[in-house]
Amino acid sequence: MSHFDEAGAAVQAALDAGARYADARVMVCRTESMTARNGAVEDLGSDESAGLGVRALVGSSWGFYAVPDLSEPAARAAGRRAAEIAAASAQVAGPPAELTTSTPVTASWASDCKVDPLTVPLADKGDLLVRATAAAKAAGADQAEASYAIWDTHKWFVSSEGHRVDQHIRECGGGVSAIAIGDGEVQRRSLPGQYGTRGWELIDELDLVGNAPRLAEEARELLTAPLCPAGETTLILGGSQLALQIHESVGHAIELDRILGWEAAFAGTSWLDLTRLGSLRYGSDLMNITIDPTFPGALGSFGFDDEGTPAVKRHAVRDGIWVGVLAGRDSAAVAGLDYAGSVRSDGWSRLPMVRMTNVGLEPGPHTLDEIIAATDDGVFMDVNRSWSIDDRRLNFQFGCEIGYEIKNGRRGRMLRNPTYTGIGPKFWQSMDMLSAETVAWGTPNCGKGQPGQIGHTGHPAAPARFTGVRVGVRG
Amino acid sequence: MSTEIELAAKVVELVRELAGRSAEAEVNVRHQALALTRFANSAIHQNVAEATTGVRLRLHLDGRTATGSTTLTGVDGLRSLVERTVAAARVTPPDPGWAGLTRPAALHISAAHPGSGEHSGLAFGFDEATARATPGERAERVRAFVDAAGGLETAGYCKTEYLSAAFANTAGQAVEGRTAEAAMDGIARNNGADGVARLLASRLSDLDGAALGARAAAKARAAADPIELPPGHYEVVLEPTAVADLLQNFSIFGFNGKSWTQKQSFAELGKEQFDPSVTIVDDPLGSRGEPAPGLPFDDEGTPARSLVLVREGITRAVTHDRTSAAEAGATESTGHASPASRSWGPFPGHLRLEAGPAGGTADGPAAVAGSARPFVARMRRGLLVTDLWYTRVLDPKTLVVTGLTRNGVWLVEDGEITRPVGNLRFTQSYPQALGPGQVLGIGAESVLLPDSWGGARYAAPALHLASWNITGNASG
Repeated sequence: MSHFDEAGAAVQAALDAGARYADARVMVCRTESMTARNGAVEDLGSDESAGLGVRALVGSSWGFYAVPDLSEPAARAAGRRAAEIAAASAQVAGPPAELTTSTPVTASWASDCKVDPLTVPLADKGDLLVRATAAAKAAGADQAEASYAIWDTHKWFVSSEGHRVDQHIRECGGGVSAIAIGDGEVQRRSLPGQYGTRGWELIDELDLVGNAPRLAEEARELLTAPLCPAGETTLILGGSQLALQIHESVGHAIELDRILGWEAAFAGTSWLDLTRLGSLRYGSDLMNITIDPTFPGALGSFGFDDEGTPAVKRHAVRDGIWVGVLAGRDSAAVAGLDYAGSVRSDGWSRLPMVRMTNVGLEPGPHTLDEIIAATDDGVFMDVNRSWSIDDRRLNFQFGCEIGYEIKNGRRGRMLRNPTYTGIGPKFWQSMDMLSAETVAWGTPNCGKGQPGQIGHTGHPAAPARFTGVRVGVRG
Repeated sequence: MSTEIELAAKVVELVRELAGRSAEAEVNVRHQALALTRFANSAIHQNVAEATTGVRLRLHLDGRTATGSTTLTGVDGLRSLVERTVAAARVTPPDPGWAGLTRPAALHISAAHPGSGEHSGLAFGFDEATARATPGERAERVRAFVDAAGGLETAGYCKTEYLSAAFANTAGQAVEGRTAEAAMDGIARNNGADGVARLLASRLSDLDGAALGARAAAKARAAADPIELPPGHYEVVLEPTAVADLLQNFSIFGFNGKSWTQKQSFAELGKEQFDPSVTIVDDPLGSRGEPAPGLPFDDEGTPARSLVLVREGITRAVTHDRTSAAEAGATESTGHASPASRSWGPFPGHLRLEAGPAGGTADGPAAVAGSARPFVARMRRGLLVTDLWYTRVLDPKTLVVTGLTRNGVWLVEDGEITRPVGNLRFTQSYPQALGPGQVLGIGAESVLLPDSWGGARYAAPALHLASWNITGNASG
């Protein structure tokens, strides 16, 4: 069933009420999630949501209104209301608002999906999580947790410029964790939660049950492992941790709305200065960061963003030089850029805004084994435990679940509570070895915006080595 | 009778029709009208509103549990919700942790609670003007904030929210209520130095955009040309905006009944874990002139009530929903169920650190919060911190947290602010920071503050602490 008519009615009503541009999205969303603990299902939820959000530009000011009603009268009322809100915005107006040129398209797009996750029997899904947590518990975990989440989203987008785009995006993912509790100590080991625009085949590939005993054993071993030493050393990061490093210290920094100050009060700004786009050294020559919503199966993949801009791959960092940003049509126009394509919202009731798509690190020439073999003295860390970065996206401190000592080209003792800290560009400039073993990691919980929105982002990443990094920060 | 309670009753009837009388069901209906006017570069750049009714059903059938929700509230949408939730409950694995339904119980009354509802018995204090605020009224406050900043660049938001809710279950509990709130949160920027002012209120009319803008601007002006300080342990005065972060982390990771049951929390009931001057209360209904906007019942229909978590330094309680209460062997839920509480654990959403006794001078620079001024005046050498940012737990058991300062830090020497300081990274155990002998003073005035992300609210005074572990500064 198409909802172009309702979206079109909302757009027309906004234009009739004085808007010079308007767009509307109808979204019908189904989600399903389940958690299990210690061999029993803990929570099972199945949610359905449908509504329309309309955005209107009156003069130089925007307004947005959303309703959970897909009737045409409700859509028209929403369009009028969006225009009214835009008019109120003019009480504290900014400079003239323009949009970059966008060729109107009529198109459909659907993400690839081998096994529709919503059709997999609930009993089978529950059995999988129950078995995974039971296996972790049997192997010594004090607490064992497993979960999956499924998002099934249909969108219909119409703009006053003539866009008519519908998309069907299916995403899913999950993971399993084992927790060991000692004397004043809690340690967790997880299969890194993995998410993508894929079907249930992704969950099957994770082998939750097969991995659970190992995780439990590692969590117990961590309780008595030596603490990660404090000091400056060579750091090797696993791909899953590097994905979060990219997300926090590159992905957010290259968001154009942050660079322009539009997120200053809440999410913060960026250390990047547009006058240095094309010349600023972000990292070493090995650093090639792409913005690629076409990456197959990654969590930030789509056919068109929420302004109707087609998905296109472009570089954000090429050979270590900063060359691109994540942009929307209005922010790109302000910055004098000729591209957009990175605007999304987390549902029909939220305003589309600049969001990471798949921001990833292109692979290097090595393997993780080669990187370890080439390291005389250092630390390997993987799987994120804590993450914190300043409001300009410079100073970060990350904690990982697990670390290993690297001595004379070999992996040595397990290390407890590993952390590392640094400054973004200095850290990326110290990257001297990069693996070819890329995995597109998914981050399903990226918070941004007010009212808050949860974004889904993808981060292709492979293990890499960094020199002169401060590790072992403790309270 | 509200539309929401009628909807809830309709879903209960549908459950009986489609799943039989043995089914246990809980229905939550929430109508939320949220409007938020956002400004940046001293202009309104995002201005949004929505009005949504959502229905959430939790069903326990033949020993199995499933939850469903929908925003489709017509006849077909509700029937579909019940049918798919029943179908899910029939095939999901057994739920040995089901703790049963809340029995019929009346709501607790508090004169400080701004909620109401024709049949809730809570018809006091609700502000219709806030519930029906216009984008023009929000824009007026933004205009005042921007103007009061005197030419400094500003950014932030003004929001109003109206919530009308009902709960019904198959055991006969049926309650309803409504609430309204408003919040303003903004910064002023001065050559890279930011100053902040934020406030939550149950009435939009209590938000003075000009006063908030002037405070943010005073902070930004006083924060220009910061110096950098070396890592180390510093005596600190935390303003209420920073103290709210401590309360947030105590809430989610410390007083969370599930974390506590699983021995992942620092909390040990009956033990003196805090300084004797510390009393922390969860006050969903408000008290002592500190209204706490929110609903008078939780997602399991349990009436909300005041709960003392820490009294005079001794940890007294953690928060429970029905599941965690049963697991802990507690007698009853404390009224902290939420849609996520079964998996994430129930945590308090209205924490208040009890204000200290009045004392000392309240005079001082406009850049310093009133309740912090007496502490600044008596500090020999230390830091005045406005705000904490991006705090994350490194170790849940000891609640060691890392994060950064934001929106203004100053070096204080011999009772005077001597220099602004660049942002600092800290790595600090929060319970240890408030441990016995570590609290040098608690401000005499609590400020009601919005959560930066979730729906929680915090009432916080300033805090004077003996030591805070600075592990670096933002420039490296």
